[in-house]
Amino acid sequence: MSDNQSLPDAVNTLPWPEQYQALSESAKAPVLKAFYEAGCVSEDTAISEVPMVALDFETTGLEADAHSIVSIGLVPFTMDAILLNQAKHWIVRPRLPLHQVSVTFHGITHADISDAPDLSEILEDVFASLNGRIVVVHFRHIERPFLNVALQYRLNEGIRFPLIDTMAIEAHLHPNRQPSFFKKLAGEKPTSIRLGDSRKRYGLPHYAAHNALVDAIATAELLQAQIQHHFSPETPVGDLWL
Amino acid sequence: MQAELIDIRNHLIQHAPFDEMPEELVNELTANIEISYVRAGTQITETGQTSTRMYYVRSGAVEIFRRSGELYNRIGEGEIFGQFGLLMRGQVRFPARALEDSLLYRVTAETFHYLFENDENFADFVEIEDRSRLRSAVSRREKSNALMTSRVNRLISRETVSAPTTVRLQEAARIMTDQGVSALLLMDEECGGTCDRERLVGIITDRDLRTRAVTEALPSETPVSDIMTTGLITIRASSYVFEAMLTMLHNNVHHLPVIDGDEVRGVIALADIVRYESQSSLYLVSNIFHQQDVKALKKISKDVRDSFVRMVNEDANSHMIGSAMAGIGRSFTQRLLELGEEKLGPPPVPYCFMALGSMARDEQLVVTDQDNAMILDNSFVPEEHDEYFLALAKFVSDGLAECGYTYCTGDIMATNPKWRQPLKVWRDYFTDWIENPKAVALLNSNIFFDLDGIYGRTEYAEELKALVAQKASSSQLFLTLMARNALNRTPPLGFFRTFVLEEDGKHQKTFNLKRRGTAPLSDLIRIHALACGSQAQNSFERLKSIGKTKLIMEDDLSNLRDALEFISIVRIRHQALALEAGEEPNNNVRPEDLSPFERSHLKDAFQVVSNAQKFLRFRYNSQATRHV
Repeated sequence: MSDNQSLPDAVNTLPWPEQYQALSESAKAPVLKAFYEAGCVSEDTAISEVPMVALDFETTGLEADAHSIVSIGLVPFTMDAILLNQAKHWIVRPRLPLHQVSVTFHGITHADISDAPDLSEILEDVFASLNGRIVVVHFRHIERPFLNVALQYRLNEGIRFPLIDTMAIEAHLHPNRQPSFFKKLAGEKPTSIRLGDSRKRYGLPHYAAHNALVDAIATAELLQAQIQHHFSPETPVGDLWL
Repeated sequence: MQAELIDIRNHLIQHAPFDEMPEELVNELTANIEISYVRAGTQITETGQTSTRMYYVRSGAVEIFRRSGELYNRIGEGEIFGQFGLLMRGQVRFPARALEDSLLYRVTAETFHYLFENDENFADFVEIEDRSRLRSAVSRREKSNALMTSRVNRLISRETVSAPTTVRLQEAARIMTDQGVSALLLMDEECGGTCDRERLVGIITDRDLRTRAVTEALPSETPVSDIMTTGLITIRASSYVFEAMLTMLHNNVHHLPVIDGDEVRGVIALADIVRYESQSSLYLVSNIFHQQDVKALKKISKDVRDSFVRMVNEDANSHMIGSAMAGIGRSFTQRLLELGEEKLGPPPVPYCFMALGSMARDEQLVVTDQDNAMILDNSFVPEEHDEYFLALAKFVSDGLAECGYTYCTGDIMATNPKWRQPLKVWRDYFTDWIENPKAVALLNSNIFFDLDGIYGRTEYAEELKALVAQKASSSQLFLTLMARNALNRTPPLGFFRTFVLEEDGKHQKTFNLKRRGTAPLSDLIRIHALACGSQAQNSFERLKSIGKTKLIMEDDLSNLRDALEFISIVRIRHQALALEAGEEPNNNVRPEDLSPFERSHLKDAFQVVSNAQKFLRFRYNSQATRHV
């Protein structure tokens, strides 16, 4: 995560609820102010009590500084239920040209984005779903850094928030993913912690489509499964977020 | 609905009742789903809880319990539960527990009631339990065929034309010509003043006038009673048109007096029914009797398959199709016997030609071999008479083979001397099978317990039916062994309500709808029918007579009827599709060739078969001997 240069270092080490409070005072952009004012649950809150939002971006590449967001999918959820009636999906116009390679992956074409809004036009809608919720992603090095850079560019200030990474949980559960030399000889494959492969381990269905919303839903389902298999509804959120 | 949710919608619309839901409603449903992952063993709903959701299993499996704690059902992918509690706007009726790790789509009460108000099909589906669901699947099909919804009295277009039995031939012919009818009902007026109404005693038709009066050059003043047909086959006015058709097919008559209580309401003719079913299989039957040799019969036998496909496409039910096909097969046999007698001369002693198995049950389809036998008069002397009967049996059997009814691989044909015997020997056969039963022997003689006399002295066959009905019900060991044999073939339903598949000849994973569906069903129905002394042969008729005895509860009987109808019709449709595609029809079905509707209801139907087999085992104290 990127540091907010305007804040003293001390703030960064505060527990998240206090950080949000401090940031709500220093933030200038109304969307960010509202985001921090909505607050953050304390780290000892049971995961079953935590309002969450699964978030997924499709991007033109992997570098937050060099690539852009193409689409955003999100779905608010709790341990009990993933609420499709609050699911959202937007296509946004990237600042940088689309690469053919990423087009074949996420299926969003030049025609789709030519009429799409800039991220700044939909920020309020996006934050309406994020406020007061803990963000859940699969692979933490995309959504948070991309959002931070995008906001730096448009609002001139970045964003900080804790998040739960279902891929990090899988990595933690499978520390020795590479099979030993002998097992490799026997044909054993390394354990994959990619979204689809991780879901398979919990008997979750395969989704044919790849878009930001489906992946967000898939991530939310995966977290529900992970908690039920390896943790408990009482697990404090502080044990899970990064 | 967000377009990106299409994956979720597409899963829903593969399964009933969402497969028939209007698109905008499915979209609305999808947009309001709540997804929830539950680990195996999780209690999803508990008795006493307030019902707030209906659940759709996206993946995994869920067990539903009765309040007593007894397992009620297993729900798999694409199936729903929790609807009953919502309907009663109250408490959870059947608690549910995840059997496997499952992903559930929850439908809120609000969405549920919205769908319920706006989609009649959805409302029907959730209001009834799975077995009643099977019933509605069956009746929905039947509703679409006019033959099954119209009653016979609607076919009567005019006043009854009748005359006293005392009229002369010439007068009868004049009445028929003046009135423009092809049949004249004949009434007995001499009831000694004890009744105020005439009694129907006979009928005379155009054909009778031509064949009996004109060709034999009878004097025109001959009383009509000399040539009229008595012992009339009639039909009740409240019967359905298809029942009239079946009656005509079964008895090879072209006119049926319609009776309402004691009163004669009129006559319906073959032509009246043909107006309902434009290319009736009745046509084919009457055509069979006009063919003059085997070659000509073979030629029209090509129409049998067309007739079958047509009935399927016209949404006829399995009883109609099975009876029509049996009627056609019976007519081929009867015509061949007539031709054989013309060729070989009249029989030296009386005999009865007997159909066995599916033809006797009126449950024949297109892929069928011939199963038949001869009951000869007790005066039969092998040395003097058997040459004739062997020649006749061979003529019929070869002729049937020409017409597409392949030889019986088990050699159950009248050409086999063992099955060409006088009545007294047949009585001994049946007596021995019933009173000294042996499991293996019964396995081979099972087919003889579906029998029907189709030509000649059919009363011999009736005598055997009566013998079986009388003896079978009192031989406990016979019933036990028959039941044991009937349990050898189980429905193809796995633990999780999945289909259990076998590899067929072409190395495809299939299940056999006959061996694992209709055959186990007709087997177990036969045993109950024998146990209650019924002489009916058709499975649906047998269920009716079982119903009169309270041997099986009314509800279970309807379930059996629906299961038989549904499995049969899926099997029939499967064969019709093969015929239309120019392929050879068979009984092996791949699950992926079935519609989700068929898959779901087949599972319900197989569950009924499975439960009925459990009851059979319990009722007759039988364990299966082997599994095939």
